[in-house]
Amino acid sequence: MSYEELLTKLALEDDRFVVMTAENRALVRNLPAKLGKRFVDTGITEQTMVGAAAGLALRGRIPVLHALATFLSMRAFEFIRTDAGIPNLPVKLSSFIPGFLSDGNGPTHQAVEDISIMRGIPNVTVFAAADEQDLVGMLPAIWASPNPAYVRINTRQTTYNHSPFEIGKAEVISEGTDVTILTYGLLFEQALVAVDILKEQGLSVGLVNMRSLKPVDEAAIIKVAKTSKLVVTLEDHFNTGGLYSIVAETLLKHQTTAKVMPYGLDGKWFKPALLPAVLEYEGFTGKQIAEKILGHTTNAIQPEIATPEFAE
Amino acid sequence: MSDLKDIAFKVRQHIIRMSTDGGCFVGASLSATDLIVYLYAEYLNINKDNLEDPNRDYLFLSKGHDVPALYGTFAEIGLMDPERLKNHLSTSDNIYWHPNTKIDGIEFHSGSLGHLPSVALGVALDIKMRGGKNKVICILGDGELNEGSCWEAVLVAGAHKLDNLIFVVDRNQFQANMATEDLIPLEPLHDKFTAFGAAVKRIDGHDFDALRGAFNAYPFEEGKLNVVIADTVRGKGLPSIEARADRWFCNFNSEEVESLLKELAGEEVTQLTSETLVVR
Repeated sequence: MSYEELLTKLALEDDRFVVMTAENRALVRNLPAKLGKRFVDTGITEQTMVGAAAGLALRGRIPVLHALATFLSMRAFEFIRTDAGIPNLPVKLSSFIPGFLSDGNGPTHQAVEDISIMRGIPNVTVFAAADEQDLVGMLPAIWASPNPAYVRINTRQTTYNHSPFEIGKAEVISEGTDVTILTYGLLFEQALVAVDILKEQGLSVGLVNMRSLKPVDEAAIIKVAKTSKLVVTLEDHFNTGGLYSIVAETLLKHQTTAKVMPYGLDGKWFKPALLPAVLEYEGFTGKQIAEKILGHTTNAIQPEIATPEFAE
Repeated sequence: MSDLKDIAFKVRQHIIRMSTDGGCFVGASLSATDLIVYLYAEYLNINKDNLEDPNRDYLFLSKGHDVPALYGTFAEIGLMDPERLKNHLSTSDNIYWHPNTKIDGIEFHSGSLGHLPSVALGVALDIKMRGGKNKVICILGDGELNEGSCWEAVLVAGAHKLDNLIFVVDRNQFQANMATEDLIPLEPLHDKFTAFGAAVKRIDGHDFDALRGAFNAYPFEEGKLNVVIADTVRGKGLPSIEARADRWFCNFNSEEVESLLKELAGEEVTQLTSETLVVR
């Protein structure tokens, strides 16, 4: 099932759903015809869209909002905080082309601080999907919750079959005693490649899909810290405020220490190009991730990375 | 006149060549081409030798997705080595879907709509404070006018009597895959700007004489923000994509590019098979 099919199904079953967009219809092309007045395109007006969503939520609706990740989380930031966060209204944000998925657009479109700022707002919950199956599995619970929610949309396909989603729970893919990679979103795809390479090198490797970033699965983080010699926080986000910070906060809160390697963007936006070239240039292909963790090169072969297809 | 037409033709060729191997925002680039060519090749005091001069003119491209027209113009007027255009979307250069200042001549990065009206306003404000005579132009998209920040800038420019600032709207009637009047209607646009205190001229944005007539009347009215509404056609020069809602971001195959270059030269219209409704 695709994102659009899920949203269509839920919205047709439950007329509390109102689908909104600030003129970003890539994910919802067929919904105007299906939903009629319950599809609202406000034009390029992210702030007004979020404010209006709060108004709709006040009247009992569940608005699901679509815009590019930077404009949704940053242009409308104070509207999210003030109009959805303070009153704790169920405004559901679907954030399109987050992180490396903005490929050739440039820094204006690079949401690599969105997790940080969204999780900083009380009441706002934050999620990221490893692929479209993971996304479709998590959204019913997220949209049914009473809180505002920010979801990093990722409609890419992987070969992994995800386990059922629960808010506040991580998905433990594998456990390992030498190194464990904690990741979320798009980079899950590359983490799978990295794990295979590391295993071929004889290491005991764990992988955790941190799909619920707020509330976060503190128990899973503490368990990994205690059982794995090295913890890697892999993310297409600045190290500041993202998963690396979440892990640091969690360890400190539980007075636990661990050897943690931040594997994110270190204080700079990434080089714009098509996605495969971005990953290669920035050092985020599975092979590069594995080799950086190992500290040496290998003969492993990097599988081809598909260029995003955002067309209908 | 014929010179500007020649330059604009070559710029459109550059744009078409950038519309493959990842693609670009072709339609919006083609609508703004004549405007950008006129401003750089004839009107503005901006060239490769005066970029550091605080008394030169400024042009801020707020609808940043039409940057292929700017790259092409820079290549034709000597601000950029035309060979660099082959680096479009390569990690070896900085030529991608939105403007950035690693390219000489680009004043400010853009891509997030509704930012540069205020940045341009700040530059114009400083020029006024220092008693300068240079002009500041900001090119906006018509869809971009959805963003409230554009209208805030118009109000503030009026409050500060910034008659050295010119907002130019590339009125190509579309925003992404929708007609503006079907989504968030803007008309009567002239009246809206006038009501906000600006002095407004509305012209054909593909007619160099009309562009000349409007810009040579600068400043339109003492103490008022100048606004030029340039009526344009999205995809101008390529009948196969002109004024089509589904042709916004285009990633053509190499055969289509060759055919589109012929179409631009007036030969037969291309039969496009590549994906429509591409979103970036």
